[in-house]
Amino acid sequence: MEYLVGIQGPDFVLVAADNVAASSIIQMKHDYDKMFKLSEKILLLCVGEAGDTVQFAEYIQKNVQLYKMRNGYELSPAAAANFTRKNLADYLRSRTPYHVNLLLAGYDETDGPGLYYMDYLSSLAKAPFAAHGYGAFLTLSILDKYYKPDLTQDEAVDLLKKCIEELNKRFILNLPSFTVRVIDKEGIHDLENLTLGAK
Amino acid sequence: MALENFCNFHDILEDQVTTDRSAVFQTKKTLHTYSSDLALGKSRSLFHFYIPVSEYLDESPIQFGQISAIQSAAVSSEEPCSASSCLPYSLPFASSQSVPPPFPMSHGTTTLAFIFQGGVLAAADTRSSCSGLVACPASQKVLPIHSHLVGTTSGTSADCALWKRILARELRLYQLRHGRRLSTGGAAKLLSHMLHPFKGTELCVAATLCGWDGEERNDGRHDHQKKEMDFSSCEKTSEICEEEKFVSPTSEQRLVSEKPSCSGPSLVYVCSDGTRLKGTLFSVGSGSPYAYSILDQEVHWGLTVNKAVSVAREAVYRATHRDAYSGNCVDVFHVTSKGWTRRNREDLKEEYYREKERQKQEGRGRKQKQEATLSVKT
Repeated sequence: MEYLVGIQGPDFVLVAADNVAASSIIQMKHDYDKMFKLSEKILLLCVGEAGDTVQFAEYIQKNVQLYKMRNGYELSPAAAANFTRKNLADYLRSRTPYHVNLLLAGYDETDGPGLYYMDYLSSLAKAPFAAHGYGAFLTLSILDKYYKPDLTQDEAVDLLKKCIEELNKRFILNLPSFTVRVIDKEGIHDLENLTLGAK
Repeated sequence: MALENFCNFHDILEDQVTTDRSAVFQTKKTLHTYSSDLALGKSRSLFHFYIPVSEYLDESPIQFGQISAIQSAAVSSEEPCSASSCLPYSLPFASSQSVPPPFPMSHGTTTLAFIFQGGVLAAADTRSSCSGLVACPASQKVLPIHSHLVGTTSGTSADCALWKRILARELRLYQLRHGRRLSTGGAAKLLSHMLHPFKGTELCVAATLCGWDGEERNDGRHDHQKKEMDFSSCEKTSEICEEEKFVSPTSEQRLVSEKPSCSGPSLVYVCSDGTRLKGTLFSVGSGSPYAYSILDQEVHWGLTVNKAVSVAREAVYRATHRDAYSGNCVDVFHVTSKGWTRRNREDLKEEYYREKERQKQEGRGRKQKQEATLSVKT
């Protein structure tokens, strides 16, 4: 039902998420933002079970901020990703596991851009591109075919548009609009929402 | 006997025998799956009905179900079984050992709420159903929480009534401690966090909180004057509004969000599964798809109060017509900067007969016209 995608370039990470908040067969909201800002250069994209997503993402968000307040400097994306994974793993075998699938995208001064894929079984993988949801089945091969490690931001946006065209063509559910953001050394930038009519 | 069948008397007897033997093998599995497998809640011994009320009363609602409280409570509440062996693990109490409901509860209702220029409008039907019967034809599903906040309820009536009261108490405490009312978004977050420990249990509450944030402004009077002026020009502009209805609400939304952060009308949907959504139009319940189709066509920012009330009434009426679990009467509440006001409860049966009359009149009018044209031709 929900779709997340991330593409890492040489000096940026491009991420997109759909904007639908659904409850059984009804779209309750058409402009729902699934991205959570953990710090100036880290975004957490979160989908999964209804209440777990917001609860878990806000928990991670506040803890990352707390680390910054206590220690005076921010967590790096790699550290934040491992912290998130550890929390998922701790709750996995408890009474209340969190059923959430995540993409964490960030830019580090020393390591450069990074995209981390995490799923509800608390696996973690640093990947050049990744996707979550039923839409991933349709778009991962497009990403495999056209991705190059040194693609520019415009090429990455075109690749994203190809993925969304494929979804509109073959996916039975209606995902009319997507929030798109880019993280680079300047921080997080909003790009134009990709909607059905737009090319 | 009927009661035996309801309470699965014989099943419990059989379970008692098998669980003791297989307890050792099952425990590892049970810890994993019991949150989704409520059948395990069938108690260990026949007459041991665990009622967790007294522990809850000692806790602040924010603390409900927190892990430290559970472990200490579980240890204290563990009682030796009458049978020879008992389960080696004591299942923590919050999600287990819920008394199995004696009959299936259904969540039949139609409630809706939307924001427009005149504030927030909330409407709901009044039928409480229970496994195919109408348990109460005159229940109240829109409950006022405080002077500027109203909540529609859907789900289990008892849960909704209880949690509304708990929310009202917590909001009043907040107001006394901090000297100002908590915003609607804040109230929604509070309710959502209080309900989170019960996720995975039978508790079902789906509420939309409709409120007006910020201090009462004298602009209330200006809005009234504007409304009177708009009323005359409304019919002309309403057509334009309907064409642009996808544009105007969002642009108005942007205007609303540009105002100081917590003032103006506000609408948040909170569900016991953890969903919390801020928006401008929500409908909840088994009749909600029918209501959505009416509301999506008619609701836009520029509605007058009278038109908004009639749209809300019609949406509930159409939903009650089609949905078996909604019906009887409709309640409409209107929240403005001055607080909430309530319309008299209306029986939708009358509305149905009125519509039938209107259709008959129209049919007669059309027939007369046809006869007139025919006679002219001949």
